[in-house]
Amino acid sequence: MYIVLQMQRLAVFDLHGVFDIIGPVMIGPSSSHTAGAVRLGLIAGKILGEPAVAVEINLHGSFAQTYKGHGTDKALLAGIMGFSTEDERIRNALDIAVERGISYQFCCVNLGEAHPNTAVLYLTGSSGKTARIIGASVGGGNVMITNIDGYDVALTGQYPALIVVHRDCPGIIAKVTNVLARYEVNIAFMRVSRHSRGAEALMILETDDLLSDDVVEECRQVCDVEDAFSIPAV
Amino acid sequence: MINFKSVKDLVDLGESKNAVISELIIAYEMESTQISREDVLRKMKNNWQVMQEAALRGIANEEKSVSGLVGGDARRLAGYGDYGYTGAVVMKAAAYAVGISEVNAIMGRIVACPTAGSCGILPAAILAAAEKNKNTEDEILAALFTAAGIGMIIDQNASISGAEGGCQAECGSAAGMAAAALVVLKGGTSKQICDGAALAIKNMLGLVCDPVAGLVEVPCVKRNGFAVVQAMVAADMAMAGIRSVIPIDEVIEAMKNIGAALPKSLRETSEGGLAATPTAQAIEQKLYGHKSI
Repeated sequence: MYIVLQMQRLAVFDLHGVFDIIGPVMIGPSSSHTAGAVRLGLIAGKILGEPAVAVEINLHGSFAQTYKGHGTDKALLAGIMGFSTEDERIRNALDIAVERGISYQFCCVNLGEAHPNTAVLYLTGSSGKTARIIGASVGGGNVMITNIDGYDVALTGQYPALIVVHRDCPGIIAKVTNVLARYEVNIAFMRVSRHSRGAEALMILETDDLLSDDVVEECRQVCDVEDAFSIPAV
Repeated sequence: MINFKSVKDLVDLGESKNAVISELIIAYEMESTQISREDVLRKMKNNWQVMQEAALRGIANEEKSVSGLVGGDARRLAGYGDYGYTGAVVMKAAAYAVGISEVNAIMGRIVACPTAGSCGILPAAILAAAEKNKNTEDEILAALFTAAGIGMIIDQNASISGAEGGCQAECGSAAGMAAAALVVLKGGTSKQICDGAALAIKNMLGLVCDPVAGLVEVPCVKRNGFAVVQAMVAADMAMAGIRSVIPIDEVIEAMKNIGAALPKSLRETSEGGLAATPTAQAIEQKLYGHKSI
């Protein structure tokens, strides 16, 4: 139930860069189970957009089996608290979360054919705002967010992203991209999804350039846009 | 435009431009990311700094991992060094490699190269060699960029993921990268770089990924120590003038095919190999209170 624009990533055969091979600097022990998990947490925290006070995380597959030994639980919480993949506080993230008054719970679930390193994160923020994010750690510290609050997405966190919640109607994409054009923000990848025709929809634009507060605010003012927010590259 | 799809492309490009492999890789990175040479070098220097810190922390480490399976062995090896059969330099390299992997296992800071599971091999090789050769920082950076180039091509033409290609893709790739770096530190030619990398990888082909209880600990940590020694012997062979009969690009192709032929049980799933032994199963039972397979 979603449409996909033709600006999907074609990067499958791209040669990785020097620092994908010698790098990243990270806290061990596993790029997928630790560093990737930090990045999932980081993106989820940015999507929530405010400090989390309650966190419930469902772990699937290899994440569920080995999360304690790999510190995946610590890594996810560390990311939600905004720690980077090379922050030495990751190993103490459970204690730090308690100190910060964040309640957390980890459950092992079976999501069937989902990627073996999938996590479902239910976050509640300090104002009561909630977010549900599904994402997978797909190897080498790379991640793919596949669902935000019920909308199918494909977000890697490698680029700054603008997320726009809007009503599905003609011209809305042009209006939003027009704002970006005026601020000379180049769009790298774009995806639009909706529940049904004319209903609430979600637009994700990954950009080459940083998204200023002004850009986001102007997108928020566009008619039929309910909310717009940006998340930085992580 | 710096374009290459194979190690041969890199060597040919180097000949036509009269440039060494490390310079081509630096130029490629500048071009593809649009950042200055200064910044590319700075990033690598920062990574080298983290590598050295991990190595020194590793050989002094007494802390155990959460599972209790690893920790403290690098310190033992570093203390034993001079009594060993293999000589002080090789023992030092092995100790550094085990040590960096231990730092990884205790949730310390490391540089994935190419992965976290194989993070000890390249830095250990360069650090031990540079101490012996008294290499300059510029030579060390050239070694790192050359290793990165080899790794980038393996990543593109085969795999650097244990889940896809088994341990040969992680520790095997790292050993090939380390051998290339070691040849650079001895002032070897592009051909010798290719031979060193090919010889090292050839000897790691077929290595499966069968981590006990799914953790990057057993056999990974000690295997980093063995792999750096393989890289050193491969570099010595290449510098002695020994050629690899099978060229590096074909070795990489073979690695890809072998990885594809490995059953899933031997590709990081912990369903086979060492992970399926009675001792490993007992460890898993103790850690998780249930068998994961």
